[in-house]
Amino acid sequence: MPRRTDLRSILIVGSGPIRIGQAAEFDYSGAQACRALRREGYRVVLVNSNPATIMTDPGWADATYLEPLDAETLAEVIAVERPEALLPTLGGQTALNLAVELVETGVLDRYGVELLAADVAAIRRAEDRLAFRETMLAAGLAVPESRVVRTVEDAAGFPLPAIVRPAFTLGGTGGGVAETAAALRHHVERGLAASPVGQVLVERFLGGWQEHELEVMCDAAGNCVVVCSIENLDPMGIHTGDSWTVAPQQTLPDGEYQRLREAAFACARAVGVATGGANVQFAYEPARGELCLIEMNPRVSRSSALASKATGFPIAKLAALLAVGYTLDELPNDITGKTTAAFEPALDYVAVKAPRFDFAKFPGTEPLLGSEMRAVGEALGLGRTFPEAFLKALQGREDAPGAVDLSRLGEPVPERWDVYLEAARRELDLPGIHPYFAEELRSIAVAERELAETGEVARAKRFGFPDETIARVLGVDEADVRRRRPLPGRLAVDSCAAEFEAETPYFYLSYEAADDFGPRERESVVVLGAGPNRIGQGIEFDYCCVHAAQAFRALGYDAVLQNSNPETVSTDYDTSDRLYLEPVTLERVLDVTALERPVGVAVGFGGQTPLRLARALAEAGVPLLGDPLPAIDGAEDRARFATVLGELGLRAPAWGDAAGGEEALALAERIGYPVLVRPHHVLGGRGMRIVRGPDELDLDGAALVDEFVEGALELDVDCLCDGDDAWVAAILEHVEPVGVHSGDSACVLPAPSVTEALEAEIRAAASALAGALRIRGFLNLQLALRGDELFVLEANPRASRTVPFVAKATGVPLVEHACRLLLGASLEELAMPERALPSRAWAKEAVFPGERFPEAAKRGPEMRSTGEVMAGGETVGEAYARALRAAGRARRGGRRGPPLQRARASR
Amino acid sequence: MLEDGTAFAGAAVGAPGVAAGEACFTTAMAGYEEAVTDPSYVEQVLCFAYPLVGNYGVDAARMESERVQCEGVVMRTSRPAWAAWLREQGVVALKDVDTRALVRRIRDRGVLRCAIGEASVAELHARALAEPPIDGRPLRRAVGTSEPYALGEGPRVTLLDHGNKRSIPRRLAKAGVEVLVVPGGWDAEAILETRPRAVLVGNGPGDPSVLSGAVETVRDLLGRVPLYGICLGHQLLGLALGHETFKLPFGHRGANHPVLDRDAGRVLVTSQNHGYAVAADDDSLVSHVSLNDGTVEGLAGDGFASVQFHPEAAPGPLDALPFFDRLAQACHAVPTFARS
Repeated sequence: MPRRTDLRSILIVGSGPIRIGQAAEFDYSGAQACRALRREGYRVVLVNSNPATIMTDPGWADATYLEPLDAETLAEVIAVERPEALLPTLGGQTALNLAVELVETGVLDRYGVELLAADVAAIRRAEDRLAFRETMLAAGLAVPESRVVRTVEDAAGFPLPAIVRPAFTLGGTGGGVAETAAALRHHVERGLAASPVGQVLVERFLGGWQEHELEVMCDAAGNCVVVCSIENLDPMGIHTGDSWTVAPQQTLPDGEYQRLREAAFACARAVGVATGGANVQFAYEPARGELCLIEMNPRVSRSSALASKATGFPIAKLAALLAVGYTLDELPNDITGKTTAAFEPALDYVAVKAPRFDFAKFPGTEPLLGSEMRAVGEALGLGRTFPEAFLKALQGREDAPGAVDLSRLGEPVPERWDVYLEAARRELDLPGIHPYFAEELRSIAVAERELAETGEVARAKRFGFPDETIARVLGVDEADVRRRRPLPGRLAVDSCAAEFEAETPYFYLSYEAADDFGPRERESVVVLGAGPNRIGQGIEFDYCCVHAAQAFRALGYDAVLQNSNPETVSTDYDTSDRLYLEPVTLERVLDVTALERPVGVAVGFGGQTPLRLARALAEAGVPLLGDPLPAIDGAEDRARFATVLGELGLRAPAWGDAAGGEEALALAERIGYPVLVRPHHVLGGRGMRIVRGPDELDLDGAALVDEFVEGALELDVDCLCDGDDAWVAAILEHVEPVGVHSGDSACVLPAPSVTEALEAEIRAAASALAGALRIRGFLNLQLALRGDELFVLEANPRASRTVPFVAKATGVPLVEHACRLLLGASLEELAMPERALPSRAWAKEAVFPGERFPEAAKRGPEMRSTGEVMAGGETVGEAYARALRAAGRARRGGRRGPPLQRARASR
Repeated sequence: MLEDGTAFAGAAVGAPGVAAGEACFTTAMAGYEEAVTDPSYVEQVLCFAYPLVGNYGVDAARMESERVQCEGVVMRTSRPAWAAWLREQGVVALKDVDTRALVRRIRDRGVLRCAIGEASVAELHARALAEPPIDGRPLRRAVGTSEPYALGEGPRVTLLDHGNKRSIPRRLAKAGVEVLVVPGGWDAEAILETRPRAVLVGNGPGDPSVLSGAVETVRDLLGRVPLYGICLGHQLLGLALGHETFKLPFGHRGANHPVLDRDAGRVLVTSQNHGYAVAADDDSLVSHVSLNDGTVEGLAGDGFASVQFHPEAAPGPLDALPFFDRLAQACHAVPTFARS
């Protein structure tokens, strides 16, 4: 069937702020869908409150609403835009729940809006635990024994252990495993509170069973394919978002795998998935071959993003096209350009996903994994062997624990697999994992010993060891290893195991003969990504990387992206001219640059991850765009920074570096309490706290002690610099006073407290710093204002968290300008206006994982928010009120926000 | 070592010695036991494109015939238990081979003769060149049963065994018929004497165009008994109908081959293992086509239906399994005497 011609305008609902369980993957899927539908000639209307997303950029939809994601707002948008259809399956659980609400409240009926891809009955059959169970049993599919519970009493007497799963929640929120009757009561209580419909399912707990997922695509003709099988390395009981996973599945014989595949189709058909992607989760007990259906999501999910990146199959794009009537066999497989989308990818590599945790941010929460998702991000490793992929994922996490505690072997601790690996080295038994994975870990240990004996570096590389490991085993430094080994080959992620030639330049590196890939015609620029999402380094940086890639492309270069984060738009093969799905580590960046020979590498867009590599890259002879080293050193070395500020006559809080507790006490005495104490060079302010007296100052190890400018206002300033001068794009005023981490503060634009004189002072300060530190590209300043005293708290010579917000509020394509500056343009040449004027008043508010980490909602110097929302208004007050509502903190029915408005197109 | 002089390094993990044959690859990611025991791989060396082979051990119940049928196995990595089994089976096997490069080579050059094993490059090259091409000649090793045997209950379907996978009679019997498996060399009269409601011609190795006796048999059966074919059986039917067969550049081998069922308008993801295809000049008889390259994947007409792919899967998806149900249903519907 060709595409439907009875539809002209389609509403897409995003997933809102980044939360645990609902992250950047929905920007990826929404952006793909927007692009695909617009290319087909549909008018796309988009609603999303998340400013850091690519999809909310001008040019992705025909009308974009940066508005709160609630039914009331959506109804207003529908009333204004009058779309013929709503596509709810690309914005995660948020969009799906909203679609149900819009149907139930009669909004879609009233305006004659058709729900695409899934009807409400199907959504209910998938999401309502009881309906799902009944549907599956009717279809002859096994589900675990269970009971639907609406009160705590209903659950009494259920055989233990049991798992509690609230209906209609995200990432297992409010769920848990109960071993005792008391625990069951507790979990049911929590679950009922967490479920928007006051319903939980108490289910037989299949602890220790294997967990498998299948990513299914269906079309309107009834064709179904499995895009990817994903096997969890961790057993049932650890949320799949917190599990290490591998694709394709490794341990099921073909016949058993086909049972899962048939059951997945039967499940999708029974639920009634009309078109698009669905994710089906199974528990499998290998000894008896027992199979149970656990869950299905009738929408694009986190696993879909993973499956897309693991196979090259663009699930979200195809889901959008299938929703408007195409069938799989009518759509081309972009990767080969010759075959169709009606196929199942064949891999000739392994894709291992490692979750990234941030438990250190939440000292009040015991770092244990369970049925509630806790991971804040993930890294994907692709390799030709399991060890290669596994070790890449391990590195890609950027979170290697120093030493592991072997007494926790087999326990659900966040560093579970580091413990297993260490145990394998010591030849211990590896309990609780499939023998195949145990064998692979032991093979890593054996290969390490062989390497130590033989010193054969090339062989170790082919096995899959990173340089870092080889250096450690051989007791040499990484540069030595590098000199002794060949360069890896560039292999295409081609969805067909090389059976057809690939046309999309999506690569990973391995020690095999490289794929041929046409000659290059343009010089290239490498943009380094931000790695896995984490608190303090989220999707905002991916936004900057994506824009940078597009800008360099537009400026006549081949844009090359390197990143390990499968959730993002930056790892979409459509974003850059060449994509390397590799950890952003020194080794892999040196490999990519050796293969690419770029005119320059951009380290300023991906947050701290690439910035940390800048010096080593420069020392290895890699050209860095904008010569960032003086600025990095000047800004990060506190002593140098203080000297520079002093020379420029800029005020800074008094500070000092303390080697230990005694020194810190003396310092604090000299500076005067309260002081801000923090370990050096930390991301997102980890371990930072405010100390009000000597009795609170217990410290082991070195720390920075700063004067705490109590009661001051905090300002965030984003600037563009050309090495001599700075142009201020925006001065944001924080709603919370100094002392709350800037990433956790709400902020507004324009800044109400900034007078013209103060603005001039800030501009002068920015220009002076830009000149003194020779900054090119972005500069972010954090300033404190007490009375009329302006303090410089921090200068970051890189794209900041607020860049997307500012770009959207002012309509100035900041990243594009920054790219030109990095390539040598001056501010004068960019012909920037005197100042950037926000299109209206705008506010940004942070969103916290309070439902998972009880202490998370308390704002302090330690950053704890996972995402943010943006909203506009006639006044700053209105914008802030609306942002609060978008963050879910103002109750519905409270003060209604200003009339909604389309975000202004900014190009 | 390929006949064109390209050499790939690897480590021997199977039986000692040297093996030679036509190099081909499969992209299936699981089902290694099923693959190597599929008799269609006689006189071929099988390269697994998926780099991890042997992950879930070995179970004789998953074998598709009584022995490993391919001449040699080429892999990127191999688990120890699997390698030990290959050794036991007397199969030459290599690991640590850059199989992706090998697949690319075969894709770009077409299937090539090759030799693998522990020997010098020159020796292996000579062996590869000495290997006669698989086309245009009967194979040296005969496969398929030499004695008839039956399984299942119900109306009788006689299955002509040119080296078929065990899953074909098993799946067919499960659909509710008695399957009488007879040697592929039986002639039409002998087959009809078994009083079948339908005859199925199964898969097997080699170039179909040289099997003139088998083609003759199929031609004799046409119109006298409902005739079905799978893989080689489909090619023989094509030849019997007067079409030609031709060699595909590098074959279709894997578990992800999309096929359009033209009648139903549906896509089947199928398991395939064939190096030849039917060139049908009469489009009206073509029931299935490959969505990858447009080649004929099925024929249907009055009294016959055949598919180039493997509805019995093993390994691969079960999308095409209803082939057996339809066959069985037809047998229940058609009385024996109507066509004999």
